[in-house]
Amino acid sequence: MSSGHSHPLHLDRDSPVHRLPPEVKIVSAVLFTIVVVATPRTEFLAFGGYALLLAVVAAIARVPAGWLAKRATIELPFVLLAVALPFAGHGERVMWMGLSLSVDGLYGAWNIFAKGTLGVLASLLLAATTTMRDLILGLDRLRCPQVFTQIATFMLRYIDVLADDARRMRIARISRGYDPRFLWQAKAFAVGVGALFLRSYERGERVYLAMLSRGYTGRLPASERGPAPARDWVLSATLPVASAGIALAAVVLA
Amino acid sequence: MIDMTPALTISGLRYAYPDGREALHGVDLRIAQGERVALLGPNGAGKTTLVLHLNGILHGGSGSVEISGLPVTPGDRKAITEIRRRVGVVFQDPDDQLFMPSVAEDVAFGPQNLGVRGTELTNRVDEALAAVGMSEHRDHVPHHLSFGQRRRVAVATVLAMRPEILVLDEPSSNLDPASRRELAEIIVSLPVTTLMVTHDLPYALELCSRSVILDAGRIVADGATADLLGDRDLMRRHRLELPFGFNPHPRV
Repeated sequence: MSSGHSHPLHLDRDSPVHRLPPEVKIVSAVLFTIVVVATPRTEFLAFGGYALLLAVVAAIARVPAGWLAKRATIELPFVLLAVALPFAGHGERVMWMGLSLSVDGLYGAWNIFAKGTLGVLASLLLAATTTMRDLILGLDRLRCPQVFTQIATFMLRYIDVLADDARRMRIARISRGYDPRFLWQAKAFAVGVGALFLRSYERGERVYLAMLSRGYTGRLPASERGPAPARDWVLSATLPVASAGIALAAVVLA
Repeated sequence: MIDMTPALTISGLRYAYPDGREALHGVDLRIAQGERVALLGPNGAGKTTLVLHLNGILHGGSGSVEISGLPVTPGDRKAITEIRRRVGVVFQDPDDQLFMPSVAEDVAFGPQNLGVRGTELTNRVDEALAAVGMSEHRDHVPHHLSFGQRRRVAVATVLAMRPEILVLDEPSSNLDPASRRELAEIIVSLPVTTLMVTHDLPYALELCSRSVILDAGRIVADGATADLLGDRDLMRRHRLELPFGFNPHPRV
């Protein structure tokens, strides 16, 4: 199923994780994230265990740590918010390097940072090992409503066509001496966006006609591939099960 | 040939768009099984409107269309599914036709709508892709194919439904000469009744022994392609022009 539908977050490798059916990976990543979020923020050791688990998965999937770290920067805007918490928080305060910090705020910041990072890393691992097409197929097999998967499928097919349209229109504008430097020169761009919308709308109509001509009756045919084998479910369940074990152990031992 | 049901029978077909613009003024046309016919006419003559009547996408005017004896009845879902199997329309822009993320999935779309599954489906996809010489591209993304390749895949998406009549809307438009020739070889190799809408008159002459000219919603001429193309007055009256230097009677 590697039909060349890569996206910037996809890492084209051959690994046991890449070969897993998409739906088991999606379920595994979601369950793992839920366990992480549900863990009390003071169980520092548990979070270390989760990080270790992800490191093992990344190693099996042959995703380099540097690659992950670079893309994990997407969470920075959210983490920046967390930095404000120790200063703004109420309650008991500690002095650190001349700064008065709220203990509750520190915990809050840690909470956001640790859980956010683990969640982002899990999603990145899922994205790195699954093509866009497979993600949609996986969601479809998990009974995600067809409206969503169909829209995603069409987007996947036509986003490049649209981008090409937009590029050609831009080149045609530039070829006629259009060189916007100031905001009030953006009118042609705005009109171009409108034209692009109209074109897409008309294309949508033509695509629909062509689909009708081939006997479309309102439902896309279901995918032919059978359900994922139990072995793959068990294999991918190890991540959420292990993390749940860590969480339990941390809570019970505490 | 006489006692065979014609592949296509259109009688007295009229159609006006919802805005009142009349597109077809009583079209009569018969195409025998196995015939290859070119439908010629200037822009706005009603060619596309006519094509969309063949599989019941447009309807509502008077007159009737029959495909191998089966009338096109838009209200009857079951009948219309069978009509859409019998009539394979290849649209002009392959990007309109190919909407699935991979070539094989797109070719499978039509037969899947007909309820074909499993190995039979795989066979049909393989067969259709082989017929247009695109077998090695089955797992590719349509967007990454050349325009000529996409047009060929578009033909395959319809062939996989095993149509009784193949309708090609401007098959040679935007193709480079080599792709144009390759497509011609494919069209000639297909043992199916074909109606070809085109502005490419040499292409019509090469592929179709018979042509009909549609202008202002009426069939104004029907005959041997070489004769129609050789009739200068007829051609001029209906805004049809031969390419510079092209002689439709090379042997005369």
